[in-house]
Amino acid sequence: MTQVFYVASALAVVAAFLTVTRSNALHAVLYLVLALFALAIDFLALGAPFIAALEIIVYAGAIVVVILFVIMMVAGAAVSGEQERRWLPPRAWVVPSLLAGALAVLTIGSLAAGGGQAVAPTTIGPREVGAVLFTTYLIGVELASVLLLAGLVGAYYLGARD
Amino acid sequence: MAIVPTSHVLIVSALLVCIGAFGVLLRRNLLFMLLSLEVMLNGAALAFVAASARWQQPDGQIFVMFIMAMAAAEVAVGLALILQIYRRVSTLDADALDLMRG
Repeated sequence: MTQVFYVASALAVVAAFLTVTRSNALHAVLYLVLALFALAIDFLALGAPFIAALEIIVYAGAIVVVILFVIMMVAGAAVSGEQERRWLPPRAWVVPSLLAGALAVLTIGSLAAGGGQAVAPTTIGPREVGAVLFTTYLIGVELASVLLLAGLVGAYYLGARD
Repeated sequence: MAIVPTSHVLIVSALLVCIGAFGVLLRRNLLFMLLSLEVMLNGAALAFVAASARWQQPDGQIFVMFIMAMAAAEVAVGLALILQIYRRVSTLDADALDLMRG
């Protein structure tokens, strides 16, 4: 299971990098799905099976499908690989690479120096999560429902034709 | 179950956040910026799951659920905005939105 974690993590990082650098929007979304599935395996390996299932159902299922719908609605020129390649000349890569690279070196350097205790999880299943979710974090659940309602109304209003 | 040092999980999470930030800085297409944001949110979710496993408490997993609810609302409103922008200026170029330039 330990090797599974490292393999899935490497897969997630590579797929995430391909997601942000592809010029074809559909390819990028497919790599995002791959990264989400690899992350779900990570969650499973870290003893969070409920979150792993939610990652696949909610993220790879619902959210990615909504993104795909929008890609189809703005299809053609807006998401064609040709235009994306024109928007990404080699010199456009320099500053983002430097900034993100500096951020990565700083955070990973500080984390690697810290060492850290081993995670040896026993599984925390849906029962434990649900018990705490609907007692300690009940107010959070209510606030999340208000947020989702606001998102629904906002999306309906913004998406409507004039 | 996997036995890995907490710092290794956090390094993977930091890498994902950095890749997402790289995408937001690099891309000009609003749709790809939204995809990069999703990658960043997933990096944060991995850090929460690592903390949940490290202290053997379910709280970290609950915050991942809140992140997912937030991501769903963000994607719904963000995609509606992208559709509306595309109808008005017929492009998804973030640099084309300079209507308020003085």
